[in-house]
Amino acid sequence: MPNRTIAEAPAPETGAGAPASLHQYSSTYGYSAAGSEATPPVEAPVGSRRSTRGWLISAGVVLPVLLFAAWWTISALALVPEHRLPSPASVLEAAVELGSNGTLLTHIAISTQRVLIGFAAGSLIGLALGALVGLSKWGSAFLSPTVGAFRAVPSLAWVPLLVLYVGINEDSKVALIAIGALFPVYTTVAGALRHVDAHLVELGRAYGLSRWELLTQVQLPAVVPSIVSGLRLALAQAWLFLVAAELIASSMGLGFLLVDSQNNGRVDRMFLTIILLGILGKTTDALIGLLEKYLLKRWS
Amino acid sequence: MSIASPALSTAAALGVSLSGVSRVFDSKVVLRDVDLTVAPGEIIALIGASGCGKSTLLRQISGLDLPSSGAIAINGERVTGIDLRCSVGFQEPRLLPWRTLEQNALLGLPRGTAKSEGQERVRELLRLVGLADASSLRPRQVSGGMAQRASLARALARRPGVLVLDEPFGALDALTRLQMQDLLLDVHAAEPTTIILVTHDVDEALYLADRVVLLGTDPAAPGSGASIRSITAVPGSRPRDRGDATLAHLRAELLEGLGVHTHHSNH
Ligand SMILES: Nc1ncnc2c1ncn2[C@@H]1O[C@H](COP(=O)(O)OP(=O)(O)OP(=O)(O)O)[C@@H](O)[C@H]1O
Ligand SMILES: [Mg+2]
Repeated sequence: MPNRTIAEAPAPETGAGAPASLHQYSSTYGYSAAGSEATPPVEAPVGSRRSTRGWLISAGVVLPVLLFAAWWTISALALVPEHRLPSPASVLEAAVELGSNGTLLTHIAISTQRVLIGFAAGSLIGLALGALVGLSKWGSAFLSPTVGAFRAVPSLAWVPLLVLYVGINEDSKVALIAIGALFPVYTTVAGALRHVDAHLVELGRAYGLSRWELLTQVQLPAVVPSIVSGLRLALAQAWLFLVAAELIASSMGLGFLLVDSQNNGRVDRMFLTIILLGILGKTTDALIGLLEKYLLKRWS
Repeated sequence: MSIASPALSTAAALGVSLSGVSRVFDSKVVLRDVDLTVAPGEIIALIGASGCGKSTLLRQISGLDLPSSGAIAINGERVTGIDLRCSVGFQEPRLLPWRTLEQNALLGLPRGTAKSEGQERVRELLRLVGLADASSLRPRQVSGGMAQRASLARALARRPGVLVLDEPFGALDALTRLQMQDLLLDVHAAEPTTIILVTHDVDEALYLADRVVLLGTDPAAPGSGASIRSITAVPGSRPRDRGDATLAHLRAELLEGLGVHTHHSNH
């Protein structure tokens, strides 16, 4: 296309001929004036894509339904004795029984509370440590070997010490959950902050942002997606450590219900507890998923 | 055109002087003994082969990087680090992806600008670069050329004493490029500032600049680092005629300096 060559290349003849050829250029490309092309890219029609998505979501329901059907069939045919595999009906009964006097709700509430407090505390500490290590060379040199060593200790190994120092109470459980939640956030945040686009950081510095402004206006927004995925991991860890803490020493909570049922041979209650833990974990994870969706839309 | 926004104090154009500026990366000499004095309000176009050190030189001037030896002064005051008297337009748009174009341009305003005043200024600049309708879009929703114009608006927002622009029009289509060149000259005429810009386009250099500086390595001593090969004063005053035939021999000379054979004859 000759117009284009003339218009773009610094060829000797560009001078006099330029306006005419540029005019052609503009009409070829549909540009009438600068800015006129400023319409947002239009999304392709989504009708068929949306229905595919509907099917994809329903596909996730298939397996649970099959599993439930298998469970129901096995126990209805009495293929496995009731004291090993309770029937769905007996699990429901256990739920009604425990639910009607309020104990079930208390167990759920106390467990959820422990998870949320431990998760919040652990994530905040993880975020702060991750920021220090990810942002500052000195912070990293000073802290990361130590934090790394602490991370290398399997978190459950802290239990005896926690019990000795803090005692068997709420604090020790929350502390254990916080330890579990801390490291995923620390690792993802520190890693992501180290790899924030150096160009953007330099841009911020070139335009006179202070260190704090650089952190809040460039670096943290740039790592929002990593923070959220760290939080997601941390939440899963928090539930894991909750059960560990409650299995070891507690008189309330879902973990306690699990041990208690085991001691009393109540398989139905064990099933109930496990199902509840699954539902609670999945629900809180879905909530974070929503937050993630919103934040990704807002920050990237 | 009105780009006056009286409440924002108009900064004066500042002179820039480079003396013996060298930059060595590890043991690789990129710049060697660059000497240049730029008068306040002057427009300098910097040309040179790709990779010869043009961006590196701009980074020295804005204080983003410091010379290995030699010194740079703005308005007689030595540059020792990031210098806010300088406003930088990077070779890449470098827009923050989570901000709208308008919020991105707001980043360019100087400290302590009143909010309404700053917004007015940015809106005006976005209108001038043809982005009035796109100001609430995110960078990923706009074309490369639009992003580059937004970054130009951000660099202009500050009314800097010195404006350094690294290939500011490189990603633009030919028509928009000409419009943006005229916009830059309008801003320059309305608000005094010293402009040092890198370009690969010799015609652009001749249209915009008072002097064209050719950066390059001495062919007799390859690997010795780039320095100033020639400084060409462009005759006539702005606005220039894009088709000015008297500039033809300068164009040929500069292209020759860039290593392009032009078949130009002088008779
Ligand atoms: N931080 C750095 N570390 C090491 N080498 C560098 C660094 N920055 C630039 N260089 C080298 O300096 C040389 C000049 O780079 P520069 O970006 O200034 O070139 P340029 O003239 O702007 O090129 P272009 O026209 O392609 O943009 C290159 O060889 C590059 O490899
Ligand atoms: Mg460059």
